[in-house]
Amino acid sequence: MSEIESRGYVRPEVLVSTEWVANHLNDPGIRIIESNEDPLLYATGHVPGAVEVDWTRDLNDPVRRDYLGRDGFEALMRRIGVTKDTTVVFYGDRNNWWATYAFWVFQLFGHDKAKIMDGGRIKWANEGRPLDKQAPSYPASDYKAAERDDKRIRAFRDQVLQHLEAKKPLVDVRSPDEYSGKKLHMPEYPNEGALRGGHIPGAASVPWAKAVNPDDGTFKNAEELRALYEGDAKIKPGDDVIVYCRIGERSSHTWFVLTHLLGFDKVRNYDGSWTEWGNLVGVPIER
Amino acid sequence: MAVPDKLTDTLETLEMVPDRSERIQLLIDIAGRFEEVPSRLARRPFAKEHQVPACESEAYVFTEPRPDGTLDFHFAVENPQGISAKAMAVILGDALSGAPPEQVAEVSQDIVYQVFGRELSMGKSMGLMSMVGMVAAMAKKQAEAKSS
Repeated sequence: MSEIESRGYVRPEVLVSTEWVANHLNDPGIRIIESNEDPLLYATGHVPGAVEVDWTRDLNDPVRRDYLGRDGFEALMRRIGVTKDTTVVFYGDRNNWWATYAFWVFQLFGHDKAKIMDGGRIKWANEGRPLDKQAPSYPASDYKAAERDDKRIRAFRDQVLQHLEAKKPLVDVRSPDEYSGKKLHMPEYPNEGALRGGHIPGAASVPWAKAVNPDDGTFKNAEELRALYEGDAKIKPGDDVIVYCRIGERSSHTWFVLTHLLGFDKVRNYDGSWTEWGNLVGVPIER
Repeated sequence: MAVPDKLTDTLETLEMVPDRSERIQLLIDIAGRFEEVPSRLARRPFAKEHQVPACESEAYVFTEPRPDGTLDFHFAVENPQGISAKAMAVILGDALSGAPPEQVAEVSQDIVYQVFGRELSMGKSMGLMSMVGMVAAMAKKQAEAKSS
């Protein structure tokens, strides 16, 4: 049993270690993908053979506030040489925050041969593993993408309103100051793109990074995660859960934890999140 | 209020590199010149009042007055992956140290977009803009002290 398998996750196969990645650098069935918040990091050195998927340029529609459509996803997959049979392995900065975001977007198109490298970029670097500055090039694939399916793992504002009226569970993964609305009222902080501060009524507060060991950026074990979500936030694997943050990136990390590590059946990410809810006219807000 | 000359020069230099990957490489090279605040001015743990609010890379700003009444700006960045914060620190330190505080106080936080482009996360742009804001606020304090 591997160390990751010993942590008690429901789907341990979705997480791989840095050592596993090091042993699969030349595996043609694997495409390693770096996704960061900091646009400079990839070029300073990355896992050898890793391609970059940038969340603003590659995953978002350049005009509308929405993700890329089927054609865009198909073009992206072809460009990075991924086929239907390729397993993509994401990693990145900020405790894999952006890596899980990219992972989640890939799931909107049903590319379920996907994994996350536990500990992300900093663990790889701290272990003294090689970093390559040269961006690799792969032959273009003939990937045929499915239409984007927003129903399964994505929630929109009207659904969130119905959800809260039905008193179903929500998890707010922002910082305590954002949750309380305090941050918008602190004069030294810039406005965060929302006119109102606070949280969606009834949402439990579980800041996303609590799911991660601060020492090495790896995910906490299943028992610790259950204490956090099933204990503190009082949500259960059979619940219909919506998670949100400011624009849906941090909450994709929590979506990953609940769905794959703890095996929750129905978790949706509300990517409109606080930048939408905190600007909506007439919706309820709690402080 | 005029923009400090060196800042204008720096922004013009960056504008001459519109290609994203070339711009990234240039900014990485700039970040490579980062030097932490000298220990004669500050030591760990750095005082909270010097910490840049909203900067996730845990950046700090310090000033050192020159005899002519202008300021030298120094920085610390605690996140080892905070490459953008280091690049911003080098740009601000080079371009604004020794500039008239009245001008530094008026530097717009929007220069972040001129340096990095628009493709920044909200969190990242807030942190970098906060660095500019903190430098400007320190310069404003100096300008007010000079005039009083």
